[in-house]
Amino acid sequence: MTEVRTDGGTAVYLYGVARDLDPAALPGTGVAGAPVRGVPAAGLTALVSTVRLEEYGEAALRANLEDLAWLEATARTHHAVVERAARAAPTAPVRIATIYSDDDRVAEVLTSEGGRFAEILDRVAGRTEWGVKAYAAPAPAVQDAPPAEPSSGTAYLRGRQREQRRRADAGRRSAELAGELHAELADGAVASRHHPAQDARLSGRTDVQVLNAAYLLDDDRVEEFLAAAQRAQDRLAGIELEVTGPWPPYSFIEGDR
Amino acid sequence: MAALLLHRRGPVTAALDTGGGRPLERIALVDLLDRLLAGGVVIAGDLVISVSGVDLVRVSLRALITTVLDEASGEEAP
Repeated sequence: MTEVRTDGGTAVYLYGVARDLDPAALPGTGVAGAPVRGVPAAGLTALVSTVRLEEYGEAALRANLEDLAWLEATARTHHAVVERAARAAPTAPVRIATIYSDDDRVAEVLTSEGGRFAEILDRVAGRTEWGVKAYAAPAPAVQDAPPAEPSSGTAYLRGRQREQRRRADAGRRSAELAGELHAELADGAVASRHHPAQDARLSGRTDVQVLNAAYLLDDDRVEEFLAAAQRAQDRLAGIELEVTGPWPPYSFIEGDR
Repeated sequence: MAALLLHRRGPVTAALDTGGGRPLERIALVDLLDRLLAGGVVIAGDLVISVSGVDLVRVSLRALITTVLDEASGEEAP
């Protein structure tokens, strides 16, 4: 691990690696407002910009990643750079906040990791990622029963067990629906990945997220995929689908594992 | 602002118009972080940043949740 100075020096932020990228299509502005440039090596182009170590050095980065406003600004800029490149040429996004000492080190990495990048770029060329989230409305409260004052302890317990069973059944049904839905969507995709369900506090929704998945689609299969999602939406009562895309292939960097 | 995104509501149901790849709406931060914090090529950088992978996700989600809870409890960010 190289020691990097933190005294007002600079470093290089790596966004992603593209192949056959027309330099004219290089995205304009990177994090902290610095211009994005291409570092060519091994037939690839690394998308980078210069950052100050006082903001992107190790200690600063550790603190900044805890700062939501900073994290959001960095994430949005990182995404904007990768997305513009990905529209122009096959592009492998790199994990957020990957920092090198200088352009020479980036070129070295392109050379040493060239085989791996080639493999990734082959896999994602001509394809985009699409996100599908599915929400199930919470099971409605039972109307038909419990008297306001249970007549006995036994009746109360029975009522509670019934309620627990009902919730468990509803959960199982939602999970089954999500499984069916995923199988149907995955059918039209080259690959798929499940993301962890988003915390309700983050998604701001009160219904239950039963699916949070990403699908890698051939460009000419996108319309078909969206039509399948629409059909599923029309068919599945109580399930709401949210589709996002096209995304650069963030979720499809690793091969099948 | 993060608050609007995090509290985004209402049916954005199956936003199925791709219209040549125009962004349909401002991307929800939570969807972006799903991808940026757990996706992308992981390569060793020159900085000794150990907050990668799982660690980074935890760090960031803690930041998110803290913010959301602060907002919910009516505290204003400066």
